Amino acid sequence: MRVMAQMAMVMNLDKCIGCHTCSVTCKQAWTNRPGTEYVWFNNVETRPGLGYPRRYEDQDEWEGGWVLNRRGNLTLRAGGRLKKLANIFVNPKMPSIQDYYEPWTYDYETLLNAPAQQHFPVARPFSLISGKQMNVSWSANWDDDLGGSKETAHQDVMLKGISDKVKFEFEQTFMFYLPRICEHCLNPSCAASCPSGAIYKRSEDGIVLVDQDKCRGWRMCISGCPYKKVYFNHKTGKAEKCTFCFPRIEVGIPTVCSETCVGRLRYIGLMLYDADRVLEAASTPDDEDLYEAQRSVFLDPHDPAVVREAERAGIPGDWITAAQRSPVYKLINDYRVALPLHPEYRTMPMVWYIPPLSPVVDIIKDTGHDGEDRDNLFAAIDTLRIPVEYLANLFTAGDPKPVTGVLRKLAAMRSYMRDINLGRDPDESIPEGVGMDPEAMYEMYRLLALAKYAERYVIPTAHSEDAHRLEELATDCAVGDYSDDMGAFGEGSGVLPTVAQENFAMLKARQTADTLVGGGSKSGRVNLLNWDGKGMPEGMFPGAGSADVSPTDEAAQIRDPQPGADLGDPR
Amino acid sequence: MNMLLWVVFPYICLTIFVVGHYWRYKYDKFGWTTRSSQLYEDRLLRWGSPMFHFGILFVVLGHVMGLLVPKSWTDAVGISQEAYHFMAISVGLLAGFLTLAGIAILIYRRRTTGPVFSATTPMDKVMYALLVVVILLGLANTLGWHAAGIGNTGPVPEHYNYREGVSIWFRQFLTFHPDADLMAQAPLGFQLHLLSACVLFALWPFTRLVHVFSAPVGYVTRPYVVYRSRDERPGAGVGSRAPQRGWER
Ligand code: SF4
Ligand code: SF4
Repeated sequence: MRVMAQMAMVMNLDKCIGCHTCSVTCKQAWTNRPGTEYVWFNNVETRPGLGYPRRYEDQDEWEGGWVLNRRGNLTLRAGGRLKKLANIFVNPKMPSIQDYYEPWTYDYETLLNAPAQQHFPVARPFSLISGKQMNVSWSANWDDDLGGSKETAHQDVMLKGISDKVKFEFEQTFMFYLPRICEHCLNPSCAASCPSGAIYKRSEDGIVLVDQDKCRGWRMCISGCPYKKVYFNHKTGKAEKCTFCFPRIEVGIPTVCSETCVGRLRYIGLMLYDADRVLEAASTPDDEDLYEAQRSVFLDPHDPAVVREAERAGIPGDWITAAQRSPVYKLINDYRVALPLHPEYRTMPMVWYIPPLSPVVDIIKDTGHDGEDRDNLFAAIDTLRIPVEYLANLFTAGDPKPVTGVLRKLAAMRSYMRDINLGRDPDESIPEGVGMDPEAMYEMYRLLALAKYAERYVIPTAHSEDAHRLEELATDCAVGDYSDDMGAFGEGSGVLPTVAQENFAMLKARQTADTLVGGGSKSGRVNLLNWDGKGMPEGMFPGAGSADVSPTDEAAQIRDPQPGADLGDPR
Repeated sequence: MNMLLWVVFPYICLTIFVVGHYWRYKYDKFGWTTRSSQLYEDRLLRWGSPMFHFGILFVVLGHVMGLLVPKSWTDAVGISQEAYHFMAISVGLLAGFLTLAGIAILIYRRRTTGPVFSATTPMDKVMYALLVVVILLGLANTLGWHAAGIGNTGPVPEHYNYREGVSIWFRQFLTFHPDADLMAQAPLGFQLHLLSACVLFALWPFTRLVHVFSAPVGYVTRPYVVYRSRDERPGAGVGSRAPQRGWER
């Protein structure tokens, strides 16, 4: 047994309202830079829907993740090491920007400077890739709330086998939201695909990161990840991915997406697992057994033998305590209501989901029945095959049994708690009917409905004897402002300023300038970290001088609205 | 003058090449990348890039053969001059034209695809121009070597055998006692090819060509999943990005 700790997340999909707050705050924190316009470390998909990038789940096309070869050994679907090297000059499976979407901005200048005229002036969209005027025709959540799904949703990869039964008629449809981040897999195929060895899994907490100094831009990780959660920064020529907000996790606070989640539906905690058994579990012959196989890799942190082994492996005591209190462990192993996303990719993903009961409840309610009645719910779970099969395609490689099991537990919790809330005698046969004892069901309800911050996020701080020497929270995903111009080695080369330096320089520039503004840079990136709301920060709107647009006539029209804001280079 | 052109200048370029790489690696690991533009466009790239890269790999191999292996060795193994020529010419031309066609596609793509063009730095342009010049001169030499004509306008008439001139100079150059006269007597085409190549090598560390030196051969043997401890980077504390760069490391 080789015990390792893994930072993991569970999302309760019933509570997601699809507000995209998580995506937006994540983007503000991490990918608000030129080169990462199209990058969403966190994105929220409406399901049924195509996902982001479009149809990323179709592994026959994209060849991400692992498969078993004829001898039953685990291999990368896109081919082994030698095939990867032979394809190194052009990656045959890399999605193009069209498969994501062409990011754009608007020509706000026209709105601001248009003379009085009879018709309203219009802000036209301009591509952030080519700088030319463009027609917006797709985005990261184009089919939000089933918008346009009549046209596109039948292309949803997860409808395979059931598509003829799903009608996108208004009365019969079902829908829910699926927020996605990097899965920080136990068996990451992104790392396995990286020729440079730049992607690594941290041995302390299992967070998967790209070393920006070692990445050489071979792009194999981008096609290697079946979840398409590694992105190519087209300005720096390096891969970037969700970092699980490790600078925050290290000091014991949750990721930005969790912290800001409106539905408070995310749980973060530690899982202990047996690293020696990961390969074996990932090689389970039958796709449908992968869910149980992965669960069997997790270790019970209350088991004294596990604790002893964990101590021997150098896992500190407070980490073991945190693993024992982990909400993620409870949801995955105690209550067994959380399921992995696409276990059939065999990467052993570590962001799990509680499948939503709401498609079922909604249909019952729409037909005028009592949506909290146990019998109604159970009957509906059994007869409403389509949502269940769809969920099974997402979470259990198509096996409906575990999904039905989870939905029955959620349904039972609903009706059990109704009795309690209405002051009636709780019906103990309800939890027993789904194989839970009443106390556990109540505890599960508490965790899902009431749990406070400290219960939802059980994050032990990182141990390091020189933690007091901390100067700042920063990142391996270079969020620094780089150089302002494209240097001799291209954009983003040279020394990275730290975030603290950058802010200091900006504050100084603002305090000593004649104008009210600050918090901008010539490269067109707006930094609102210390903007006090006065004046308009430089770079709020793209200027003609920004190096990433070609000087076409159209682009030249978008001129810098701040002719007087000559603050000089803050550095 | 000969001394300057065929001894001093090449050594200056070599020094820039070596020191430049060391410095770039220390100072700019973050900028050390292929700077791929596949995300913008991959229909043309799909053809151009493998053609160019595989072509140039063979060209490099050919240079290693032609420059490093002395004629006496191949004679000793019993390869006749004719057989050698035939092989060198056929493989050389094939690889050369593959490279040329590849770079032609790549440059066409770079010029005509808007996003790719605007991601092109001035340094890229200089580098491309030089690369084309070097490749063209090299091809002309290969052609002229046998087909006589172009490239044979130098002091030595037809059938200049570089293996008795340039190659010897090159090996001497590597062992630090080059004989400038050997190069001075080479045909103009060879001289120009060498001079332009020297300039290219001097620019090399400051261009995206550095990615050649990160060819990921280690991938073949390393374990698939890399584990690394948080504190492995020197000076990295909890939550810190370890701002130490370059000379501080
Ligand atoms: S989900 Fe994350 S860890 Fe897993 S393969 Fe993709 S990028 Fe790697
Ligand atoms: S912030 Fe929370 S509720 Fe809103 S979309 Fe994200 S996960 Fe869903």
